[in-house]
Amino acid sequence: MNLPANKKNISIVCFSGDFDKMIAAFTIATGAAATNREVTMFFTFWGLNALKKKKGRVAMGNSIMARAFNFLMGGLNNLPLSRLNFFGASSKLMTGMMKKHNVASLPELIDAAHALGIRIVACEMAMHILELEQSDLIEEVQDVVGVATFLNDSEEAHIIFI
Amino acid sequence: MKHFLDITRETCPMTFVKVKLKLAQMDQGEQLEVLLNKGEPLANVPRSCEEQGFTVLSNEPTDDDKHLILIEK
Repeated sequence: MNLPANKKNISIVCFSGDFDKMIAAFTIATGAAATNREVTMFFTFWGLNALKKKKGRVAMGNSIMARAFNFLMGGLNNLPLSRLNFFGASSKLMTGMMKKHNVASLPELIDAAHALGIRIVACEMAMHILELEQSDLIEEVQDVVGVATFLNDSEEAHIIFI
Repeated sequence: MKHFLDITRETCPMTFVKVKLKLAQMDQGEQLEVLLNKGEPLANVPRSCEEQGFTVLSNEPTDDDKHLILIEK
């Protein structure tokens, strides 16, 4: 059997806050970690919605604009499907279909990512714009970093943008 | 001590994830018996375990078209 001596690390930029794209990101991440790769997930812009401690629509931040954006975007329970969203109903329908076919749900994938030791980091700049603090995010978030740190950490990694 | 894990109802990536997490909880020298389906799990779970330095002691087909593999940590 030919085994790769050095598997490349995987770094995933989670830019989209779409439900289906987030499923794809966490599926690749957990699959990579379970098959012995080191994985970093860097959440920026809409992707940050998946990491908010408050999973519903909550006004967060200080300015009116930040509070409006955070309220309208919501959290993990409000992630829209990238296609055929039907005013938010589709992600719930899709979760039901996934359950029916024994496919892990998004919260299960996030738990698995944490259990597998996947490094989850949040983008400093996007958090600054949206007026979010690390304390607003789930405890699985290990650090808030800038792009230079992310790129340095990903020097030897495949970078995947979702 | 021998552990058992049935991943025949799991789909990718939880097939690999559950085996990896189960092995992480076990002590050195303990064995894990995994019941899995043909295809992707059979092709990759044993290989993934060997990459981590574990030993696949056996890999046998079952009567109901599944496979039973025995891994030693």
